[in-house]
Amino acid sequence: MTTITTTIAPARPRKLVGAGRRQWIGLLYVAPAVALVVVFFIVPLCMTAWMSLHNWPLMGTHSFIGLDNYWAILRDTRFWNALKFTGYYTVVVTIAIFAVAFPLALFIERPRQLTGFYRTSFFMPAVIGFASASLLWSWLLNVDSGLFSPAAFDLGLTEKKFNLLATFQPAFWSIIAMVVWKVAGFTMIILMTGLQSIPPDLQEAAMIDGAGPFARFRAITLPLMRRTLALALILSVAGSILAFDQFYIILRGGPRNQTLTAVYWIFNQSFVSFKLGYGAALSMVLLVILVALSLIQLRLLRQHEGVD
Amino acid sequence: MAQARSRKRRIGMQIAEHATGITASILFLAPIAWTVLSAFKPAQEARQPPLPPWPTSGISLENYATLNTFGDGLWLPAQNSIYVSVMTVVLSVIVSVLAGYGFSRFRFPLKNLLFVVILSTIMIPFQSILTPIFLVLTKIGLHNTLTGLVCVYVTLQLPFSIFMMRNAFDAVPREIEEAARMDGANNVTMLLRVMLPLVWPGIVTIALFAFLGAWNEFLAALVLMTDQSKFTLPIMMTALQSGRFGAIDWGAVQAGVTVMMVPCLVLFLLLQRFYIRGLMAGAVK
Repeated sequence: MTTITTTIAPARPRKLVGAGRRQWIGLLYVAPAVALVVVFFIVPLCMTAWMSLHNWPLMGTHSFIGLDNYWAILRDTRFWNALKFTGYYTVVVTIAIFAVAFPLALFIERPRQLTGFYRTSFFMPAVIGFASASLLWSWLLNVDSGLFSPAAFDLGLTEKKFNLLATFQPAFWSIIAMVVWKVAGFTMIILMTGLQSIPPDLQEAAMIDGAGPFARFRAITLPLMRRTLALALILSVAGSILAFDQFYIILRGGPRNQTLTAVYWIFNQSFVSFKLGYGAALSMVLLVILVALSLIQLRLLRQHEGVD
Repeated sequence: MAQARSRKRRIGMQIAEHATGITASILFLAPIAWTVLSAFKPAQEARQPPLPPWPTSGISLENYATLNTFGDGLWLPAQNSIYVSVMTVVLSVIVSVLAGYGFSRFRFPLKNLLFVVILSTIMIPFQSILTPIFLVLTKIGLHNTLTGLVCVYVTLQLPFSIFMMRNAFDAVPREIEEAARMDGANNVTMLLRVMLPLVWPGIVTIALFAFLGAWNEFLAALVLMTDQSKFTLPIMMTALQSGRFGAIDWGAVQAGVTVMMVPCLVLFLLLQRFYIRGLMAGAVK
């Protein structure tokens, strides 16, 4: 708790002259929020950096080992495999989400009967949690009591019940299907806000000039939506890089540890093997990757604003 | 003649569009409906593949009863989830209304720095600082307590909800405040009596996001709640689904998933426009 007082104390001006009193009160209003962020975010963040330089078991004393954890990461092929898999998953799932969400956004953007119903139903899976969705799909994907394998078998599509979760390819694509089902509605709404911000007379003018739907999409819709597209992309990429729930709940990292994501590997090192220092060093690597990505994307966003 | 033909074509187009819309809607709603319906099957039937999805040998609550026999039962983790979610809503609303008001209406030293620091925490994934959070909670005696989990959830909500509330307060015209101040209102009455009624749509939005965030969160609860009596619903259900309590009962999984989904769906359907509002606010920035 000492951290809170020391961080806030210098911010309080002693001299309370005139409007100064009101200023002091303003600080009081934001104090609870600042305290929470300091204790549960800033301090842990600094501790991650500090711990990454230590050999830090759960029990017993920790010892300073300099950059040894980071050297160990360089040789940790399983971490690099996890990172590679995370990257692969991120690219595939982002493309899949956009491929579904963009047509849906175009579909619900035009006002017609039942639009409200369609929008709500596409969006419904987005409000249930990733854990609930993963549990739900782990049942649907189950080989004996689930839906897909028995249904394919009953329809005569497969000779015997096919276990979707036993080998990498079907397991991976099952997860992609589940995530697209869960997230497409969310991306759709973001894209819809971008579509709605395009002035309709622009489209009409282009139509009068004889531009076909594809030409209009390329020349008007896409360029005017760049900001929204970039935002939807940031959300999708950041969310996918941090993927954990679905791989933990549905696949437990399997088959044969092929679907361990970066966060999953950090979780294993920190909370299964209890190598807290090493886990912290891994976290730092992930953190640097994500912050770098966010900064690049923010810069892109700003540039697009300039173009618009 | 030509007119009639073009009308026919337009109707044909409309039918095709609605057919697409309805097919897509069914695809999105089916997994949810499938689970909710299957959960009402008798236990024996629920273990079979869900074809058809609805109960064929009578409606039963057996799956919920079975679910209740695993570990500490259904009610304890449900209670934990409700407690954590409600407390997260209450605390994050209080903290971000105060902070939003402070950032909107007062000038004080370090104001911009503090605001930027709070907002920029959204760029840093909390997944990467879970271990130290665990150690901090242990240090301040909140280790393995629901209150500790609430503190973490509230902190995670703050960047979004403070941003929302600051904008909501910014949108209230200064004249209203000045008039109230003439009538002798002090800061606290001003906030409670004058400002709150004007920013309540923002409050509903942040409350909804806080609830859904806390109710659905998985990783932090998995790491921080080590004692089975402190499990929230997602953790308890994952333990059940992983076979921790013996053979996996898929009927109980369906019932549990239904319990986890229904509050989110109901809240969303009731408060849809506030949810979309929140998304828009985030999207427009």
